[in-house]
Amino acid sequence: MITNRIVTSEKSLTKEDFESDQMVKWCPGCGAHAILKSVENVFPEIGYKKENFMFVSGIGCSSRFPYYVNTYGFHGIHGRAAAIATGVKLSNPGLSVWIATGDGDSMAIGGNHFIHIIRRNLDVNIILFNNQIYGLTKGQYSPTTPIGGITRTSPHGTVEHPFVTAGLVMGSQGTFFARVLDTNIKMMNEVMFEAARHDGTSVIEILQNCIIFADKTHAKVTEKEVRDDFQLHLRHGERMLYGKNMEKGIQLKGTKLQGVTVGLNGVEMEDILIHDQYEKNPGLHRMLGKMGPPDLPVALGVIRSAEFETYDDMVEIQIESAREQSEIKCMDDLLKSGETFEVK
Amino acid sequence: MDKKSSLKEKESVVIKFAGDSGDGMQLAGTLFSDTAAVLGNDLFTFPDYPAEIRAPHNTLAGVSGFQVQIGSEKIFSSGDLCDVLVAMNPASLKTNLKWVKPGGTIIVDSDAFTEKAFEKSGYHSNPLSDGSLDVYKLIRAPITTMTRESLSHMNNVTARAADRSRNMFALGIITFLFNQNIEATFKFLEGKFSSKPLVLEINKTLLAAGYNFADTIEAVESTYKVPKATLKRGIYRNISGNVATAWGLMAAAERSGRPLFLGSYPITPATEILIEITKHKALGAKVFQAEDEIAGICSAIGASYTGSLAVTTTSGPGLSLKSEAIGLAVMTELPLVIVNVQRAGPSTGMPTKSEQSDLLQALWGRNGECPAIVMAASTPANCFYYAYEAAKLSMEHMTPVILLTDGYLGNGSELFRIPRVSDLPEIKPPIASANDKSYKPYKRHPETLVRQWALPGTEGLRHRIGGLEKTDISGTVSTDPLNHQIMVQIREAKVKKVADIIPLQKIEGEKSGDLLVVSWGGTEGSIRTAIREMQKDGKKIGHAHFNHIMPLPRNTGEILNSYKKIIVCELNNGQFLKYLRTEFPEIKYLQYNKIQGLPFFTGELVDKFNQLIEEKQS
Repeated sequence: MITNRIVTSEKSLTKEDFESDQMVKWCPGCGAHAILKSVENVFPEIGYKKENFMFVSGIGCSSRFPYYVNTYGFHGIHGRAAAIATGVKLSNPGLSVWIATGDGDSMAIGGNHFIHIIRRNLDVNIILFNNQIYGLTKGQYSPTTPIGGITRTSPHGTVEHPFVTAGLVMGSQGTFFARVLDTNIKMMNEVMFEAARHDGTSVIEILQNCIIFADKTHAKVTEKEVRDDFQLHLRHGERMLYGKNMEKGIQLKGTKLQGVTVGLNGVEMEDILIHDQYEKNPGLHRMLGKMGPPDLPVALGVIRSAEFETYDDMVEIQIESAREQSEIKCMDDLLKSGETFEVK
Repeated sequence: MDKKSSLKEKESVVIKFAGDSGDGMQLAGTLFSDTAAVLGNDLFTFPDYPAEIRAPHNTLAGVSGFQVQIGSEKIFSSGDLCDVLVAMNPASLKTNLKWVKPGGTIIVDSDAFTEKAFEKSGYHSNPLSDGSLDVYKLIRAPITTMTRESLSHMNNVTARAADRSRNMFALGIITFLFNQNIEATFKFLEGKFSSKPLVLEINKTLLAAGYNFADTIEAVESTYKVPKATLKRGIYRNISGNVATAWGLMAAAERSGRPLFLGSYPITPATEILIEITKHKALGAKVFQAEDEIAGICSAIGASYTGSLAVTTTSGPGLSLKSEAIGLAVMTELPLVIVNVQRAGPSTGMPTKSEQSDLLQALWGRNGECPAIVMAASTPANCFYYAYEAAKLSMEHMTPVILLTDGYLGNGSELFRIPRVSDLPEIKPPIASANDKSYKPYKRHPETLVRQWALPGTEGLRHRIGGLEKTDISGTVSTDPLNHQIMVQIREAKVKKVADIIPLQKIEGEKSGDLLVVSWGGTEGSIRTAIREMQKDGKKIGHAHFNHIMPLPRNTGEILNSYKKIIVCELNNGQFLKYLRTEFPEIKYLQYNKIQGLPFFTGELVDKFNQLIEEKQS
């Protein structure tokens, strides 16, 4: 980080400091409740004053989030949270800016702003609630609904290829991407904290269940019978192991990742990849982000956390250097500069 | 002083520089105007260029023009027909001949009138020799040949580079024709090309060569002198409407203590504002060139919530894209200035041509009951003051303001008497104090109905707002039926109450009587010129030119009721007229509309107004 803008809170904060007095109106059993809990857990730990947190959202179930957490908050219009947050962060870089958004909000109507905020590497944190459905409009398919998915606007199954969020983020030159399940609060807390500490655009994709319109949409990864074989919990510096007894691992063979079993077919522990979330080259992170059933597990945890200059820092630095170099210090100077003439 | 030609004094002259879009006509015109300004003339310029950056050489589509009127009296427009046309090729002659006064002077680069070139522009014979220009004073100057010859002593200049500088030779001729001081133009060139000594030398050499050529040949019958204008004391500069808009916003930021944030997407003819503000990072302006028009305005709304003087600049199609977000700013009651430099529509329309056809969109083009302040600048220089006022009203009344200018104002320029920032009206945004226990997001000032601006980072004011309907005072989300009606009415009343503080509408000319001309926005100059002309002939006529549109000045009804005939003149199909009919349905209106991407001409207005006056008498 070029400038450390964290203003440490004078007294230690607790989750009560962030609890809102508004009634939380998500459906009982919705994965969003866990995300709210996680934010309340993590915010007191980040080190900002409570007045320096800001939530921005678009439209959708996810985007009611700002009303339910006691920070400065702005509930925008559909798809535009990233654009609004850009103005917030540039206007006051001292804020810890968080975006609550969904798969439709960010990858359909707001796709343009989503890729560009990531490309610029603005220092904000995006919590992307991916439930693979439009919930608030009552069950239409989204850009992440799996092909063939039956929804109210795809009664015969969708014929659209879905986005893999990680692919879009990495393709947009993302510097931070993490993925967690809405049922794993512990990992969510860890990832939120890391995202807050990352300088640049952090995208946290939460595989969220919509109990009403897309129940068990992530079942191929989350169900008891499959979860050991289809969840890879990444940790920086550790080997990429999974399976009931951590007997499986990820190996790079040629240009492809493969799931292998240690001790079988001559595979040894040394063959299993070690996770380096800080690697600047996104090649492996991109492959890890796109893994999933039926061949491979879904990668969870922080997949990428690479350090690059942030947009907001560069904006500030440019203004500072322009200030130092310019002879024009105020509007009166500017008005009188250049070609003028006096009538006496 | 020239010995061979006579010297004629003129109150005002109109000169047009026309050539291929790569011929440097904009630069020649700008240099001429700046020199005229320094020498004490009042002026008004208008560049007229095609949308294509470099259309094919010698075609009609590629003609780029720059028109300037200079005068010894106040100049209100760039003029209708020109006294002098500089035509660098047949295509520019063909496109512009209709704008030359009978008997006017035409200066051509005779080298450019090859058979191939005049045929390409649709001429069947050479206009220089077929007699078609007999009613004009034609000056044939072999500009290309002489440009090359003038630079032949410089070994490091290619023929191509020389040809690109033909504009300076042409400007030299004009400089002589108008008895301008060549040293003054040299100074501008020295400023402009201080880091490019070779370019500077080429330009100065050619300017002098053109000047000397005109002095030597017999073709110039007379030269002209436009005496100094009698201007109010002060320091002046030549300024375009887009630069004046940018500076007005920057001045408002400085005066209010709120940092300027501009979120914009490039669009003709508004881009110059974005370019201008970006130059001045040293004054703290934050400029975000967004990925699209929507991101432009949404980033500005985010910056506004966070405490900046937030601005987005655009033109018609961009305003359409911003509509939903303007509604968000209305609902969240945040300050936001939306500058719309109007162009001819609908859709992509004629991007480089001017029109006033976004008025109804600005007033009503949003979902829901969605009132915003709408105002319009009316001259290039007063864009500064209206941009400043738009920012002031926006912040002090916590509401979006749509400021309408247009391509004619934005690209046109005139003299601007420089103000001191401390002389501009104070701006006092209603910022909420830290730890104010009584703060509620939608608690309002009892008279103005303005809510407070609570900035993120401030202790004790954490709150949430957004596009959902709010409960009166507390600002929590509400779908209560009666509350919605109250909130709709409050938002409307808040904007209407701005009429209490904006100035009364002024009348130029007769305060009551037979005929009132009503207009708004960028047409002020051309209509004012027509009215002045008629007043000189002793005609009784009044003119109300509106800059405040929503709300209208509080004496508007009284004014409209003081005349027998009212004619509303607009560069659209009657939008302000429709608005006035809604607000004052009891009044009978006449209308005069022009929708050609061109400004009004004095002649057509005078004819129309005279006809209306005579109708009454017969």
